[in-house]
Amino acid sequence: MALDKPYADVPGTVIFDADQARKGYHLNQFCMSLMKAENRERFKRDQRAYLDDWPMTEEQKQAVLARDYNRMIALGGNIYFLAKIFSSDGKSFQYAAATMTGMSQEEYARMMLQGGRSIEGNRRTAELSAKEKK
Amino acid sequence: MATITAGVATPHIPAIGAAIDNGRSNEPYWKPVFAGYEFSKRWISEARPDVVILVYNDHASAFSLDIVPTFAIGCAERFQPADEGWGPRPVPVVEGHAELAAHLAQSIIQEDFDLTIINRMDVDHGLTVPLSLLFGQPERWPVRVIPIAVNVVLYPPPSGNRCFALGKAIRRAVDSFDQDLNVQVWGTGGMSHQLQGPRAGLINREWDNRWLDGLIEDPETLARMPHIEYVREAGSEGIELVMWLTMRGALNPKVRTVHRFYHVPASNTAVGHVILENAS
Repeated sequence: MALDKPYADVPGTVIFDADQARKGYHLNQFCMSLMKAENRERFKRDQRAYLDDWPMTEEQKQAVLARDYNRMIALGGNIYFLAKIFSSDGKSFQYAAATMTGMSQEEYARMMLQGGRSIEGNRRTAELSAKEKK
Repeated sequence: MATITAGVATPHIPAIGAAIDNGRSNEPYWKPVFAGYEFSKRWISEARPDVVILVYNDHASAFSLDIVPTFAIGCAERFQPADEGWGPRPVPVVEGHAELAAHLAQSIIQEDFDLTIINRMDVDHGLTVPLSLLFGQPERWPVRVIPIAVNVVLYPPPSGNRCFALGKAIRRAVDSFDQDLNVQVWGTGGMSHQLQGPRAGLINREWDNRWLDGLIEDPETLARMPHIEYVREAGSEGIELVMWLTMRGALNPKVRTVHRFYHVPASNTAVGHVILENAS
């Protein structure tokens, strides 16, 4: 019997569950390797060559090279692992979060200062699409 | 005899650590966050705990996807600050309390919690940012720390009920330790926040404050809240709040709220901070 995944209808959200972790194992382990300074240097010198040392899918490698965090998450990445990539790039959590929302970092920071993204209309995908139709 | 005297709940947001480490805590953005901790710093300098049992989660620092323990206890003499991708935080080494940790492990496992025992572990912002918030920037931490790492990264984390029951088991274990020690239990993380995907930046102020009321007044009921409600209402990373229930479980059913603070935002997150003391 399939597992119940009540979180599947939370909009704009991928829950890092066992299935995602299975898909993203090598992607996430690559991220872990960036916790060592010498690995960060090697990665920065030749990203493609560094990635080719890992048994990741081509799609995952492309997503890393493009710093497409939504894509990396769809392909099994987890944000705390992916944090090693943007930390190596000298970027903050807020920068990475902003890129995933399609907002500029300034717009995103302003939204946070104004109290953050509202929960209204953001609980279920059905609500969100109803809002978009209006 | 060892006694649990108080519980503290606080977020462990990495940007707060960076603000402290880089001397930016007086900037207009950060000032209101740190203002919420002025009382707490005075309070802890008078409360003078010997040991903090610090419930937190590792953020893919000590634990990769190779091993993901649901509950782990740090039994080492000391724990080094982790290099999370930008070098380790410039904070003191965290000194453990190996004797009490061993006692906790043995007692709690015999109460049906299958704790993973960790004798070597680096500790990341999840553990060191709360210490910085309460103790500032000392030469060495004025307290010994027993890390309890809870998996909230790989879904599902343990249930709220399980975290709450762990707190009760910690309480019984501390009560049966022979040395005279003043022990606090801290729960860290949250409150509402989502760090990923197009819904990133979610904050739910009303929900957070209702949750805080429940934590203080009726944690038994709150502990039964299913994971999906955290994810839906408080964001995918808001689920860290289950760790606060361990702190609450270690306290008396009735507590005195010594301090309560709520502020939005710190980076991507709602800051909730409470200090609770046992009441009879």
